[in-house]
Amino acid sequence: MSTHQRLSRRQVLRGVVGGVAVSVGLPVLECFLNPSGTAYAATGAALPPIFGTWFWGLGLTPGHWEPAASGNEYALPEHLAMLEPVKAKINLFSGMQVFLDGKVNQNHFSGAQCQMTGMVSRNGSDYTTSIDSIIGNHFGQRTRFRSIEVSCDNDRRSTWSARGENGMNPAEVSPLALYGRIFGPDFKDPNSADFTPDPAVMVRKSVLSGVTEQRQALMRRVSASDRTRLDEYFTSVRDVEQQLAVQLERPSPLPACSVPPPVEVENLGTLVEQTRATHRQFVQLIAHALSCGQTQVFNIAMGSSFSPLRKPGEASAYHQLTHEERIDPQLGYQPTCKWLAEQQMAFFLEMVQTLDAIREGDSTLLDRSLVFAYTDHGEARLHSMKKYPVFTAGSGGGRMRTGYHIAAEGDTVTRVGLTLQQAVGINAGSWGTETNRATKPFSEVLV
Amino acid sequence: MRRLSDLAPALAGALACTWFVSSAAQPAPAPAEAQDLTFVRLTTRQYQHSIHDIFGSNVEVKDNKVAPGFRDEGLLALGTRKLTISSAEMEQYEDLAQDIAAQVVDPGRRATLMSCRPDDESAADDECAASFLGQVGVLLFRRPLSEPELRMYVSTHSEAAGQLHSFNAGLTAALAQMLVAPDFLFRVEVSEPDPQRPGQRRLDAYSRAARLSFFLWDSTPDAMLLAAAESGALLTEEGLTAQVERMLMSPRVEHGLRAFFSDMLGFDGFATLSIDTNLYPKFTKYVHEDAEEQTLRTIVDQLLRKNQPYGELFVTRETFLTPSLAALYGVALPRSQELGGAIPWVPYEFPEHDPRVGILSQVSFLSLNSHPGTSSPTLRGKALREKLLCQKVPPPPGNVDFSLVQDVNNPKFKTVRQRLTAHSTEAMCAGCHKITDPMGFALENFNTAGEFRTTERGEPIDASGTLNGRSFDGIQQLAQVLKETPGTSACLITRAYSYGTERKPSREERQWLTALQSELAKEGGVRWRELMHRITLNPDFYTIPGAATLTVQAGR
Repeated sequence: MSTHQRLSRRQVLRGVVGGVAVSVGLPVLECFLNPSGTAYAATGAALPPIFGTWFWGLGLTPGHWEPAASGNEYALPEHLAMLEPVKAKINLFSGMQVFLDGKVNQNHFSGAQCQMTGMVSRNGSDYTTSIDSIIGNHFGQRTRFRSIEVSCDNDRRSTWSARGENGMNPAEVSPLALYGRIFGPDFKDPNSADFTPDPAVMVRKSVLSGVTEQRQALMRRVSASDRTRLDEYFTSVRDVEQQLAVQLERPSPLPACSVPPPVEVENLGTLVEQTRATHRQFVQLIAHALSCGQTQVFNIAMGSSFSPLRKPGEASAYHQLTHEERIDPQLGYQPTCKWLAEQQMAFFLEMVQTLDAIREGDSTLLDRSLVFAYTDHGEARLHSMKKYPVFTAGSGGGRMRTGYHIAAEGDTVTRVGLTLQQAVGINAGSWGTETNRATKPFSEVLV
Repeated sequence: MRRLSDLAPALAGALACTWFVSSAAQPAPAPAEAQDLTFVRLTTRQYQHSIHDIFGSNVEVKDNKVAPGFRDEGLLALGTRKLTISSAEMEQYEDLAQDIAAQVVDPGRRATLMSCRPDDESAADDECAASFLGQVGVLLFRRPLSEPELRMYVSTHSEAAGQLHSFNAGLTAALAQMLVAPDFLFRVEVSEPDPQRPGQRRLDAYSRAARLSFFLWDSTPDAMLLAAAESGALLTEEGLTAQVERMLMSPRVEHGLRAFFSDMLGFDGFATLSIDTNLYPKFTKYVHEDAEEQTLRTIVDQLLRKNQPYGELFVTRETFLTPSLAALYGVALPRSQELGGAIPWVPYEFPEHDPRVGILSQVSFLSLNSHPGTSSPTLRGKALREKLLCQKVPPPPGNVDFSLVQDVNNPKFKTVRQRLTAHSTEAMCAGCHKITDPMGFALENFNTAGEFRTTERGEPIDASGTLNGRSFDGIQQLAQVLKETPGTSACLITRAYSYGTERKPSREERQWLTALQSELAKEGGVRWRELMHRITLNPDFYTIPGAATLTVQAGR
C-alpha cells in the first residue's frame, strides 16, 4: 500500500464527514432538457446513450416471419403482425447465418454465442467478451450500475453477457430483488432538491479502495493462468466502488426519472403467464432505471436457449415441443411452437413500447436507445444455423435509421453487431472471427 | 479494557494460539517473478459454512445469489477454478460483507466474540481492534496475517471509527474489508518446492490445511488444523494422519459429504426444476423442497452413520420421509410421527417387494431427469451414464427431425418407450440412444413426479433394459446391476478425487485411483470415511501440476 494511496483515502474520509456537510466532486448543476429532449438545456450535453440486448429462445416459425419486401415500406407477415405499432421504430433482419467453419454445432449455444461475441468456439466452453460489454466499455461507467442482466425463467445462468473469458455475468431472476437493488435505500433521486453525501457510503467506498490497493502485490505472484481471473475480480471491486462513488455525487436532474411503485408480488416460473408477468416487471424496472440514469446497458433474456417456456396444460416445454410437435399438414407448421414464438414477440413488443412510453421532451427513452434482439437458431426444430431472425429497436439518439427490413441472404449475423458498434461510435472496421468476421456494416441504416 | 469471555468455537481456538499474526509477510515473500498463487472461488455453501464455523451459526448469511458456475468433468467444483467474480456478484458480496460484519460486531454478540472492550465506544481503539482482527483474520484467510496486513485493517478501523464516531462502525468496516478480500472469497493456494520430489511443487502447509478442510468439511480450517499448519506438523505423514483422523470424526464431515453428493448428483438443478403441478398435483412445493433433502439424508445415514459401502445407496430400502413425500410415494406415515416435532422427517423403510429401492427411485433423481410433463428414459439414462458411471454421452446432432415419431397422439406409439424405439431407428440417432435409453427404460415405472405407475396411457409399461451386456427388468434389478458394476465405484472414487483437487487427475493419479478401487473392493466396497482417508493421505493430493494443467479445460 503506498503512502499516497493511504493519505488519499484518509483525506477523502475526513473531508466528507467531519461533521460538516461537504460536497465532493459534484457535477455542475444542470437543469432540464432542451425541447427535443436529446440534451441538457443548460450545458447542451447529450443525454447518455443506452444499449440493450433482448434474447429469446428457439427463433420463429420458418417461412412465416420473413417479409416479402425489403426496405422501409415492407409489410409485416401475419406471424409478426403484433409488431405493427412499433414497426417504424424497429429494424428486422432476415436471411443471415452463423458459420461453423468445421466446428461441431453446439446446439442452442453456438448461434447465440456468435451473435453476442462474434465467434464460434470449438467445444462450447470458450466464451469471451460480449457485445454489451464492448459497447458498455465504450460508454465508460458513468452510471451506478455497469449493466443490469435479468432472466425471466428463474435461472441465473440464462445469460449471454460476459466481460472477459471467465464466466458469464449472472442474471437477476427476481423482480423483487432487482427493485431493492436499484430503488432500495441506496437510490438517489436525481430530481431531489436535497442531497447530502452519506458518510456510511463513503466508508464503504473507502473499504473497497483498500482492497484495490492490494492488487499489484497479488498480481505479481499469481500464476499466469489465473491472472485474468484475478484482474476481473479487481475490476468488479472497482465497479462496486464506482457505484458507491456515484451515490456520493449529486446526480444530474433527469425530468423523465420517476421511481416505480414497489414490486410486492412476484410469480416466478416458466408458464407463459408467469414469464409475461416477470418480463413486464423487469422491463418496467429497467426502463425506470434507465430514465433515472442508473445504468446505460441492460441485457434481458426470456430464458435459457433450451426454452423452458410452457403453454398451460401442455405436457412439454417449448424446447421439447420444437423436436416433438408434428408439423400440421394443413397449416404447414408446428402450431403450439408458433403460438409460443408469438407470445415471445408480444413480450418484445411490450419491451419496446415500455421504453417508448417514457418521454424525454419531444423524444423518448427508446429514441436514445439501441436494442439488439437475437435468438439461438433459425429453425430450432432442426437446430438450423441459417435464416436467423434478428431485430434492432430504437435509433440510438439518431445514429440509426429504423423502420427497415433488410434481407441479407447468406451473410454472417455478425454484420448486425458490427453495425451496432459503429452506430454507437466505436471505430470498428470489422467484428467477429473466421467466416463470421464481418467487415461491412448495414450502411443503409447507419446515419 | 480487556476481558476474556466465551468465544465462538473457532475464535476461541484462535485466541488460544499466539500465531495469528506473522512477523513475516504472508503469503511468504516471493521473488517478483514467482507465480506461486492460484485461486479457487468459494462456493455459496462454503462461504456460508465458513461464516458459521468462525462466528457461530446464529449469524445470518443472507441468500447468496452468486452464479452456480459451470460443470467440468461432471462437477461444479472443477469449474470454480475458472470462475471469477462479476460486478453483480461483487455487489452482493459487498452487501453481504457489510451485513455479516454488522452482525458480528453488534454489541449483543460482540461480547461473546471479542476478548477485549474498547475504552470508548465512540472512538477507535487500535489495540482492541488489532486483537480481534488478528484472531478473525487467520480464520478468514486461512493463514496468519502479516504485520503490514494487520496494520492496514486496523487503519481501516481507526479511520472509519474516527469519521463515524463509533468503535463498532470502525470494526465493521475493517471486518467487511476482510470479507470482500480475495483472500477470503477465493481459496488462495500457495505452492512451494516439494523437498521430497525435486523439481515438483506442492501446496504449502496452510494451503494444504484449506484443501483438506474444504474437501472434508466444505468449510474453512479450524484453529487446530491451522495450528498443525503453523507448526509444520501437517507436512509430515504423522501429523497429517492425526489431523485427517480427527477431522473424519468431526460432525462437520457431514457438510463435506453433502456438498460432494449435491455436486455429483447435480442438485443445483433443483433451483430451476419445473414440474407441471396441473399434471402432477402431488408434486407440491413441499415435495420440491424436500426431494433433495431426502436423498442427502439417505446418503448421510448410509455412508456416515451406518458406514455402509457406496453400492448400498442403490439398493437400500431405508430412507427418511416428510408427510408431503409420503403422500407422493403413497405411504401412510404413523400419525404420531407425522405430527411429532419441529422437524417433519421420520425414518422409513420400504417393504421388501416395494418398487422403491435406493436413491434412484427417489423423487430427486426421477424428477430432476425428466421433462416437465413427461418422463424421459433418455434424460434418465444420460444421467445414469454421466453422473454415476462417469461416461460421456455425445450431444444430439443437428438437423434431426423428431416430429414423425414423437407424436404423443400417435395411436401406434402410446408409450414413451414405443416412441423412442421408433425414433432410435434413425441411424444418426441410434448410437446415442443405445447408450442412454436401455438404462432409462428401467425407471419407466416412475412418472415425471416420481410416482409409481404400471401403465402409460393404458399400455403396460415395459421396464426392461441392459447395461454392459447384463439384462434387467425394473429398478430393483437395475439397482443391483449398478451396485455390482465396478464402474460405479470407480466413478465415485474418481469424482471424489477430482472434487478435492478441483482438477482432472493426472495419468499417474488415475493409475493410483484404479489400484485404490481394487483395494477397497477387496475390503467390501467403498466406504466414505475410508475413501477420504486414503485420498487425503496420498501426497499427490497436495501436489501442483504444471502450470499448463492448472487451467481447467472446462466444458460448460
